[in-house]
Amino acid sequence: MKTSFFTSTLLWMGVGLIVMAITPRFIHSNYWLLVLAFVAINAILAVGLNLLMGYAGQVSLGHAAFYGIGAYTTAILTTQHHVSPWLALPAGILLTCVIAYVVGVPCLRLHGHYLAMATLGFGWIVYIVLVQWDQVTLGTSGVENIPKLAIGWPEVLKEHYRMLTGFRWNAGPLVVFDNDVKRFYLTWVVAIVLLGVSANIVRSRVGRALRALHSSENAAATLGVDVSRYKTMVFVLSAGYAALAGSLYAHVVNFISPSVFGFIVSVGLVVMVVIGGMGSVWGAVVGAATITLLVEWLRDLGEVVPVFKEFDVIAHGLILILVMLFLPAGLTMGARELVLRWFRRRRPAPTPQPQPREVTRV
Amino acid sequence: MSTLLEAGNVCKVFGGLVAVNDVSFTVQAGQITALIGPNGAGKTTMLNMITGIFPPSSGWIRLDDKPIHRLPPHKISARGIARTFQNVELFTNMTVLENVMVGRHLRSRGNLFTAATRLGGANAEERKTANDAMTYLELVGLVDVACEEAGDLPFGRQRLLEIARALATEPSLLLLDEAAAGLSTREKKDLVELIFRIRASGVNIFLVDHDMDLVMDISDHVIVLDHGEKISEGTPGEVQHDEQVIAAYLGEEPVSEK
Repeated sequence: MKTSFFTSTLLWMGVGLIVMAITPRFIHSNYWLLVLAFVAINAILAVGLNLLMGYAGQVSLGHAAFYGIGAYTTAILTTQHHVSPWLALPAGILLTCVIAYVVGVPCLRLHGHYLAMATLGFGWIVYIVLVQWDQVTLGTSGVENIPKLAIGWPEVLKEHYRMLTGFRWNAGPLVVFDNDVKRFYLTWVVAIVLLGVSANIVRSRVGRALRALHSSENAAATLGVDVSRYKTMVFVLSAGYAALAGSLYAHVVNFISPSVFGFIVSVGLVVMVVIGGMGSVWGAVVGAATITLLVEWLRDLGEVVPVFKEFDVIAHGLILILVMLFLPAGLTMGARELVLRWFRRRRPAPTPQPQPREVTRV
Repeated sequence: MSTLLEAGNVCKVFGGLVAVNDVSFTVQAGQITALIGPNGAGKTTMLNMITGIFPPSSGWIRLDDKPIHRLPPHKISARGIARTFQNVELFTNMTVLENVMVGRHLRSRGNLFTAATRLGGANAEERKTANDAMTYLELVGLVDVACEEAGDLPFGRQRLLEIARALATEPSLLLLDEAAAGLSTREKKDLVELIFRIRASGVNIFLVDHDMDLVMDISDHVIVLDHGEKISEGTPGEVQHDEQVIAAYLGEEPVSEK
């Protein structure tokens, strides 16, 4: 118990950042760097959904809706109202959180399949609004020319400088996230920070309360955990992650359309969480990578063998069934389990010894 | 002697079934009180109402002269009532120590922001919570398995863990629902000793059981329910010789005991 939780999370984040920093040295294909940027965005979505599903045990089949609301808010504000992306992005997250709160309070009174149905319905409604409300969302044709994110001196500062000195400050932006290497770094820095934050949350008073209500709502409540408050909180938090991922997607791809935020995307997110392991923060990366790469691969395959076009829908279902049957703890924990079992089979029966283990695990 | 918990004319109706019918009783501070009765007498229903899992259909429950029967469970917990469950409800997805740390929920600080950023002494608070939780594991003798998964413990120790977790909330009243069910004779003896130790530390105990032997040995005051109604009340000696109680336990219908 001597080791600080802080250092261990920071350690993992550090390792993640170093791996991230050197990756573009080995991957020279812009295409693959962009795919990896999508892996990061999906990892943000998956880790957020995992807080809700894996830790608090509340199913959401409509998470793509929050992803979409975040993306569309920044897209519309930046293209139609010329708001700075750095203001539009938090605005998108804030709006999504407010909507999640309004939707979450009644929905989270439901349990299990009923909650799944309610969130699924919410997802459909948002999708239909994105398609039909075309004066604002531009319908199925989508929003184009979403500005790239750029880091520079704020306009306000430049204006003050001009007023004070009388000179114009002509400095352009310092960094524009305009190529695939920069996009890769942008998305992964955000993803790694959020993974670290999530790892911290689950190993805290809040995280324990969430896991407790997952296991037994009655027991958690009689120990003083305000169950409905915590459920709402994690639902809003999870929606906030999705909104941030959506904003990133909008600024990285510079184009969004409703199909990116449809029902099948929500299902894909659930599959990522299940593959990565319910209740495993770093597993979310594994889940996100598996599904993202698989979908890309199937798309390539579909080009060659037309039978495999639109095959990802079937693949999602198939993977979900196989994982549930054979690796119910997910790929990361499941693989660990398989390796351990293999070792046990090779060795003579181990003498039962109390193993001192880490007090809290990710 | 002061009144700690008071129930007045409590009724609970589920659909057409009257589970608890017009039951009144008091729990005095400093005593071990027991609520007994055959299976299906309404004991656990009573307990669920006291802890706010569901409200009574009518009647009232007061703790320290303040009504609690309309409060949600987490607020009742904050008022100082803790409980264990008949069918052990541990957090099986967590370690033994973490289970007790959840019991420290209201006695520790920390919100989403401090958790995420680890600012504001969050790590120190976390360590303090773990250390506090350890003292409760010490009390029930589970320190050696602190880091094991709660679901991996043998049944007897799971019951002890539930007691430790409930005590971690620092209650003034501890409700034990069938704490002796499924325990071996030896484990029961240890449990009795533990109950006395808990009472000595100033926590009032309210036992709910159908195990007459255990209850009669350790209770100061016994309340007997049958078919949702209170049929007798008094010291163990008085209750044991009450004809209605004898009839309820041995009488007209076969009662599957133990």
